[in-house]
Amino acid sequence: MSQSHGHHHEHGHDHAPAPEHDGPWTEYQYLETALRELLIEKGVLSAEAVQKEIARRDAITPALGARVVARAWSDPEYKARLLADANGAVAELGIEIQPTHLVALENTESVHNMVVCTLCSCYPRNLLGIPPAWYKARAYRSRAVREPRKVLAEFGTALPESTQVRVHDSTADMRYIVLPRRPAGSEGLSEAELAELVGRDSMIGVSLAAEPA
Amino acid sequence: MSAKFAVGDSVHVRLAYPTGHCRTPSYCRGKNGVVERICGEFRNPEQLAYGRDGVPIQPLYRVRFRQSELWPDYDGPAGDCAEIEIYEHWLEPA
Repeated sequence: MSQSHGHHHEHGHDHAPAPEHDGPWTEYQYLETALRELLIEKGVLSAEAVQKEIARRDAITPALGARVVARAWSDPEYKARLLADANGAVAELGIEIQPTHLVALENTESVHNMVVCTLCSCYPRNLLGIPPAWYKARAYRSRAVREPRKVLAEFGTALPESTQVRVHDSTADMRYIVLPRRPAGSEGLSEAELAELVGRDSMIGVSLAAEPA
Repeated sequence: MSAKFAVGDSVHVRLAYPTGHCRTPSYCRGKNGVVERICGEFRNPEQLAYGRDGVPIQPLYRVRFRQSELWPDYDGPAGDCAEIEIYEHWLEPA
């Protein structure tokens, strides 16, 4: 611990000051604030409604997508429905993703799918939550289409030359979830245990599902 | 739905550089690919971006390109490919 607190805790991080992000505002910060304040002032929205929506969005995590993948691994007919009509298949699990148009992409021994949005940061937020910072970074957005195998290797994902790498540029109205390959040794696991193996990055397609411990 | 192209059709992306918002990445303009699927019809984002109504609506396709077509110096296996969503008004028969 680099600083003393006068209270006892063991959560193992030093309490460096939080980084400050309060430099000069960008044009978009002014625009968002002005628009939000006007909508509230005119009674179109309330501050409570804005907070509630932020909380709703923050509560969506990749665990939702992991449930879908675990079900697809466990039930071949569900997987077929997911690949044919992803919106219908996630709705079967009670997951509400409207108005997202979802496409599920299956990884196999011969095809590995990965997703990028080169134009901005399109992402299936209603299923996987807020995208990671690297997904929105220029480096990933430009390199994923240009040299996908190098990017995959940097994520620790080495694929044989015999596996086709298929990059999906999420440029318009569709959003994507990759259905990673079910790992070896997971045969006896329950759906809930399988879902634990499905990380966010494996559903973006930059990594593989984890192997059972 | 009145989609001009069918799955499996060879298509050419127009080589155009209009000003303003569009959703066709530069790296696929002027390139040839194959229609992988038809996604449905959507309001045109080039209109929506400016507060217009986005009609006439546009069929949207997923087009598959060989990486070697997009990037002549691509050094991965020949089978590697990219799939990009492209609205019909950007496509011509190849």
